[in-house]
Amino acid sequence: MAVLLLAEVSNGLLDEATARALTAAKALNEPVHILVAQEVAEAASKQAAQLDGVAKVLLAEDALYAHGLAEPLAALIVRQADDYSAILAAATTFGKNVLPRVAALLDVMQISEIIKVKAPDVFERPIYAGNATLTVQSTDAKKVITVRAAAFQPAGKGPLAPIEKIAAMTVPELSRFKYETITKSERPELGAAKIVISGGRGLQSAENFKNLIEPIANELGAAIGASRAAVDAGFAPNNWQVGQTGKIVAPDLYIAVGISGAIQHLAGMKDAKIIVAINKDEEAPIFQVADYGLVGDLFNILPELNEALAKLGRTAK
Amino acid sequence: MKILVPVKRVVDFNVKIRVKPDGSGVDLANVKMAINPFDEIALEEALRLKEAGKAKEVLIVSIGPAQAADTIRHAMALGADRGLHIKTDAMVEPLAVAKILKTVTLAEQPGLIILGKQAIDDDCNQTGQMLAALLGWGQGTYASQIVIGDGTAEVTREVDGGLQTLTLKLPAVVTTDLRLNVPRYATLPNIMQARKKPLIAKTPEDFAVDVTPRLKILNTAPPPARKAGIKLASVAELITKLKDEAGVI
Repeated sequence: MAVLLLAEVSNGLLDEATARALTAAKALNEPVHILVAQEVAEAASKQAAQLDGVAKVLLAEDALYAHGLAEPLAALIVRQADDYSAILAAATTFGKNVLPRVAALLDVMQISEIIKVKAPDVFERPIYAGNATLTVQSTDAKKVITVRAAAFQPAGKGPLAPIEKIAAMTVPELSRFKYETITKSERPELGAAKIVISGGRGLQSAENFKNLIEPIANELGAAIGASRAAVDAGFAPNNWQVGQTGKIVAPDLYIAVGISGAIQHLAGMKDAKIIVAINKDEEAPIFQVADYGLVGDLFNILPELNEALAKLGRTAK
Repeated sequence: MKILVPVKRVVDFNVKIRVKPDGSGVDLANVKMAINPFDEIALEEALRLKEAGKAKEVLIVSIGPAQAADTIRHAMALGADRGLHIKTDAMVEPLAVAKILKTVTLAEQPGLIILGKQAIDDDCNQTGQMLAALLGWGQGTYASQIVIGDGTAEVTREVDGGLQTLTLKLPAVVTTDLRLNVPRYATLPNIMQARKKPLIAKTPEDFAVDVTPRLKILNTAPPPARKAGIKLASVAELITKLKDEAGVI
C-alpha cells in the first residue's frame, strides 16, 4: 500500500505547507503519492514531483478543482482511496475543509492536526488550545490525517517522481465559487515566515499597524500577525489572526506587540524558538512565555526598534 | 425553513485546564462549563435569520451528559424554540456525532444546519464537514457572513489567503467563524420562559448509532513548558540579545 497526500496549490504553485505535511506522511513508512488537483497545475505538479520521498504524483486538472471546493475534491479522493492506507493533508483552511468530508465518506474518524508521528497508527495532537497533548492510536483500517504544518520541517528536493494524469470525478453541483478577496502581500506567508511580528489591541488602529508594525516587518523580512482582539476591532484582516482557531506559527522569532497573551493566542505561537513581548503592562501573561520582554509604551518602543534595525542594515534572513 | 443548531457543552474558554498527573485525561471536576463559543455564534446567526423572516423555527440539539440539558436551556433562553438532548456520558467522537445528527436531520428536515467550526475542547474541526458528507449536502465552513437567497445561501468564508464567497444549494451545512456575529445575552424573563419550551431527551441507542471511539487515547500530557525569560531595559539591549545571544536577526 501507499499513502496519499493532498497538495495545496496557491497562485499556481505548491504551498509550502504541503512539503511540511510530506515529512509527516513519510514517517508512516510507506510510499507517498501526492495528489495535485487544480484547474491548471502543471507547475505545481512538477514542484511536487521534485520533493524528496515522493514516489508518484497524481495530477487531476479540471475547472472543478479551481477553487478548492470540498465536495468535488472529496469525491475525487474517495474514488482513489482503495489504493491507500492513509490520506493526509496539511491542516490549513483548505485541508481542514476537505479531509473531514473524505473521512466521513470512508467511515473513518479523522486524526486532526497531528504534531508527531509516533508509529504508523499512533500520533500526538494538541487539544484545549495546546494546553494538553493527546497520544492517540487509530483503530481504523484506513487513516485520515491532517498535519499541523508548523510542527514539521519541509521536505527537501529529491529524485524526480513520475507524474500520472488522472481523470476528474464529476459530482452534482452543491456549491459554486462566487468570488474571493485575497489579501495581497509582498511579505512571506505567516505559516512559513522565519520571523513574525504581531500586533494586538494595544496598537489601537489599522493606521498604527501600517505606520508602526509594517516598517519593522519590512526591515526584518517578517510576516505580520495579529491577535483576535485586533482582528475583531478591524485593525487587521482575518487571515492575520494567530491563535487556537487562526494560524498556528512556529517561527525562529515571534515579536508580540501590545498583546496581553490570552491562552487562545498563546496556542498559536508558543512553539516559536524565540519570543519577544512588548507591552506596557508588566503583569501581562505574554511575559510568562517570552524569552525577552520590554515593558513600556509601544508607541515609543516601535519607532526606536525600527531605527535600530535600520541601522543594523539587516534584511530578510 | 427550519434551522438546526447542534451545540456542545465544553470547558469555559477562560478556564486554563489541568492535565491529571497520571496522564489519564484532563481534570474536569468542578470546572466551569459553557456552550462552545463557536456554537453560540451559530445559534445567534440562526436567531437573526429567524428574526429577519428567513427561518421559522430554530431547533437545538446537544449530545452529552445530563448537564448538557442546561446548555440547551441556555440556548432556548437566547431564543431557540425547541431542544433535543441526546444523553450519554460517553465521549462521542465527531464521526459518531455526525451520524447521530444525520438521523436527526432526516427526521426534522431542516433547510439549513449551522454549527461551530470547532469545539474548543478537542479542537477537531470535523463535525460540520462530516455531517455535510453523510447527508450529501454542500458545505460552507468558517463563515463570516451568511446571506439567504432563493433556495441558496451565499456564504463568505475566512480562508488562509483572505475571504472566499460561495453559493450553496440549500439544504446545506454552514460552520461558523469568529467574525460572523456577536452573540446576545439571555435576559431573566427569557430564562424563565425557556423553562417552558419543549426539550426532548433521547439516547444514542435511539438512533442506532455505534458511538464506540475509533481513536484510543493512550496518554494525555501537559505540553512542554516554556521557561520564563528576562525583562530587558532598552531596545538596544533587545537588539544585542536577538543578534548575539539568540542569533535570530
